[in-house]
Amino acid sequence: MLIIPCPYCGERPEIEFSYGGQAHLVRPPRPAELSDEEWACYLYVRENPRGRHSERWRHLRGCGRFFNAIRDTTTDRIAATYRVGEPPP
Amino acid sequence: MSAHRTARGGRIERTRKLRFSFDGTAYEGLAGDTLASALLANGVHLVGRSFKYHRPRGILTAGAEEPNALVTVRRDAARETPNLRATQVELYEGLEASSQNCWPSLGFDLGRVSDFLSPLFPAGFYYKTFMWPRAAWAALYEPLIRRAAGLGRAPSRPDPDRYAQRYAHCDVLVVGAGPAGLAAARAAADAGARVILCDEQAEPGGALLDGGSAQIDGLASGDWLARECAALLANPGVRLLSRTTAFGYFPHNSVGLVERLTDHRADPPAGGARERLWQVRAREVVLAAGAIEQPLVFAGNDRPGVMLAGAAQSYLRRYGVRAGTRAALVTTTDAGYLAALDLHAAGVAIAAIADLRPSASALWADAAKRADIPVLAGATVNGTRGSRRVTGVTIGGRTLACDLVLMSGGWVPSVHLFSQSRGRLTWSDAARAFVPSQSAERERSAGACRGLYGLAAALADGAAAGLAAAKACGLAGIAHRHEVAGEEASREASGAAPREPAAGTGKAFVDFQNDVTSRDLALAAQEGFRSIEHVKRYTTVGMATDQGKTSNLNALGLVAARLGRTVPEVGHTTFRMPYTPVTFGTLAGSARGELFDPVRTTPMHDSAVARGAVFEDVGQWKRARFFPRAGEDMHAAVARECRAVRSSCGIFDASTLGKIAVVGPDAAEFLNRFYVNDFSGLAAGRCRYGILLREDGFVYDDGVIARLAPDRFHVTTTTGGAARVLAMMEDYRQTEWPELAVWLTSTTEQWAVIALQGPEARRVLETLAPGMDLSSAALPHMAVTHGRIAGVPAMLFRVSFTGELGYEINVPAAHGRAVWEAACETGGQRITPYGTETMHVLRAEKGYIIVGQDTDGTATPDDAGLAWAIGRKKPDFVGKRSIERAAMRSPDRRQLVGLRTREPQCVLEEGAQLMDRPGVTPPMRPVGHVTSSYASEALGHSIALAMVAGGRARIGQTLYLPMPGGEIEVEVTKPLFYDPEGARLHG
Repeated sequence: MLIIPCPYCGERPEIEFSYGGQAHLVRPPRPAELSDEEWACYLYVRENPRGRHSERWRHLRGCGRFFNAIRDTTTDRIAATYRVGEPPP
Repeated sequence: MSAHRTARGGRIERTRKLRFSFDGTAYEGLAGDTLASALLANGVHLVGRSFKYHRPRGILTAGAEEPNALVTVRRDAARETPNLRATQVELYEGLEASSQNCWPSLGFDLGRVSDFLSPLFPAGFYYKTFMWPRAAWAALYEPLIRRAAGLGRAPSRPDPDRYAQRYAHCDVLVVGAGPAGLAAARAAADAGARVILCDEQAEPGGALLDGGSAQIDGLASGDWLARECAALLANPGVRLLSRTTAFGYFPHNSVGLVERLTDHRADPPAGGARERLWQVRAREVVLAAGAIEQPLVFAGNDRPGVMLAGAAQSYLRRYGVRAGTRAALVTTTDAGYLAALDLHAAGVAIAAIADLRPSASALWADAAKRADIPVLAGATVNGTRGSRRVTGVTIGGRTLACDLVLMSGGWVPSVHLFSQSRGRLTWSDAARAFVPSQSAERERSAGACRGLYGLAAALADGAAAGLAAAKACGLAGIAHRHEVAGEEASREASGAAPREPAAGTGKAFVDFQNDVTSRDLALAAQEGFRSIEHVKRYTTVGMATDQGKTSNLNALGLVAARLGRTVPEVGHTTFRMPYTPVTFGTLAGSARGELFDPVRTTPMHDSAVARGAVFEDVGQWKRARFFPRAGEDMHAAVARECRAVRSSCGIFDASTLGKIAVVGPDAAEFLNRFYVNDFSGLAAGRCRYGILLREDGFVYDDGVIARLAPDRFHVTTTTGGAARVLAMMEDYRQTEWPELAVWLTSTTEQWAVIALQGPEARRVLETLAPGMDLSSAALPHMAVTHGRIAGVPAMLFRVSFTGELGYEINVPAAHGRAVWEAACETGGQRITPYGTETMHVLRAEKGYIIVGQDTDGTATPDDAGLAWAIGRKKPDFVGKRSIERAAMRSPDRRQLVGLRTREPQCVLEEGAQLMDRPGVTPPMRPVGHVTSSYASEALGHSIALAMVAGGRARIGQTLYLPMPGGEIEVEVTKPLFYDPEGARLHG
């Protein structure tokens, strides 16, 4: 079980969190202007890195807030967590 | 005293005799014995039958790595534990053990026939032999194979024992309390670290428990061990856990330990836990897991009486047991010589030492010669003799009589936990094994588990690792130095690579537990398997519950030789948890029976129980399914409840519906962006049926959304969707539209919801709520108002999920039952409680879908016939861009339709497939499937809903359901069977 540092609450065990997939995907402001390919890319195309991955977590059974984390997918080490809207460190 | 027991020495208590039985025969052992040592002390070597060939098997090892001696230990009918390693079962007074995988008896096992038929069972025989006919797999082959090839039987009764679970945090977790682990724990503890030291054995000590002549810090090793343990126990910062196996290494230094609390006791205390799961979170971990002795691969190496040399030495030194009277040693190590000389000194005749290495160590050969033991250097073992016990071994063509064959194939570091932690292994030529190189966690290995053998080396390495771990926790300490005098020949790596035995010499086992021979591996290589992971799966080598502890490296060596590559080129397979098997009870802990999952009940639950309701599980909720009266089955009860709702008034507990308060100046804008509907024109006091899509355009949830005030909405969701809809709302609110001022609160459990449905509903409600204007002018369909109902402040919705005049009374949960009882009392004969089954029939008669039943995650609103709900003028909402894709608007998509059976009383099976032609046989392509199907009481015939390709264009056509009882014909209809004009709704 991971220990995840919530930027609002501090270190908590993984069972308090829910995973939210890749971070920094912004919903296009005007989806109607996108081609099918562009929209499909937004919907489905995700990174699958071996190593550093920016991803969303939500402290579901805590403060309830979403935040972003940088986790190494090979070691599960979490290099940093930061609030929504902040740039990755 | 048994002839097999020495006169003195060891860690057994010679005055405390313990009676036990094996396969019904009574024996005597001593306190401190394991079941294995006690059996050997009684001259019993045959303890089991092998997995596939049912070959007689004995005790191979003296520890957790035992692949052969698997037994069942029974206390009573419910406490029967199969597949225990006899080498780890501690003896207690009255212990009852039995062998496994044999019939009719251990001595005469009919399954042995498979050994003689073994040419039929080569590697991968499951895949090759049992292919055709296909249907026979499930019906015939699999049950047969499962019966023939197997381990012990699971107990037939529920486990009556209790299992505890604990979380623990520490600075340094040390796994293994041998010399390295003890030194590490001491060094870390002396630096002030909070330490947990665990060891799988009954007492700490590891290899020190075998005694020996070495002195540590001027003390005999046993005295040093006692002193160290006392020092650790006296330190309040140290927790010493014996009989505790670290079975799994999880991310972020989370290590799972299982502590066996009562299995070693003759009379386990009543009410105490049998085992305890420790979930340890350590800042630093020191792995001191030791090394595992390996067998040698030669024909007949699996006969009872063929044993690892180090194991025989342990039985002698620790348990005072001579495992035979006349032994032969087959070795690739010097350590094997010491074992043979040990046994020789204890009175075991040594017929010969066969050293498989090209050149034996002169020092040890001399020592053997001085003891009159012939040494055959560079020898080859041709095979062994005997059936239920070895009677001889053939070395270099000469057969020597013996009742014990010792194998010394060298030690291999136990890297299981390190590898589970995702640390990287590297091949060491010196250790002739994979050893830890790069850690992935805050962890370090010490001593034999990283290929560092010898007592002095283990103590020094352990002390250094313990100190380094403490320092990594920010603590300061001083280096401990342990002086070792008179060190004996230590454990060591094998001096030769495994060699494939010559063809035609009989089976040479590599994996004893899964019955994999050297020939199986050769066959796999010959058949083109190159990856060791594929060889493993094809031959099943290393896949038994012993995790290949005594087989992996031999298998690697043999496969590498066959492929003409080096072992590091071939690589290694993945080490998986658990290190040794863990009981389900320990993993489950208290999460069983009623505590397995929370049960959610509504405020009116007890009332439904009192009325004899039959409940169904909907997620964690208990929902009343129907309310049978005396003599009624479900069909009769549902028919009566349906009639009551359509003719008078039904009362229904809808409290489980998800409810979310959406509040704030931007609440309407938020819902506009979130749901497909347009809420901007929705006046306060009115409701709208809302549909929620995922961003991919498929229906995710639905529910009634009421506007209570310009800035306040009451959103309802499906029972199962409450949590995920709120989570999805929070996601968009927090991360996509943080600029919107809106707050979301789950109010599911704050409101009790009572539905009154039927033509008499208004009259019942008028009596309950005399102060409220319930006329259609004041409260039309899809309106909401506030008032007092049965004296309780209430929110009243005029909504219907039945097609009848309907209301849903929302009152604070604490008043739910009182209002329910008041409504039932007021309604008297006119009112009938109904359950979810009746609700389903009534809504299906009206063609109202249930998300997740009629839709399956691939349905668009248009597919479900709900396109009318979409706010066309809205520029965007969640899922809008997706449903505009051409494929999502194809007329061939599966669309919701109704079905009428030609035979009116025939109720279709939900999930049944629909064909557009009669008489088709597989392979065939269905055009749709039945999603909901009921007998309709109101209509007098069956009804069904279905998703059918291009369904709306097929209305009036006939479709066909090929069913086991014959083909059924149905007519496609509109998905609306009852009151199509909706007159009753607005009554």
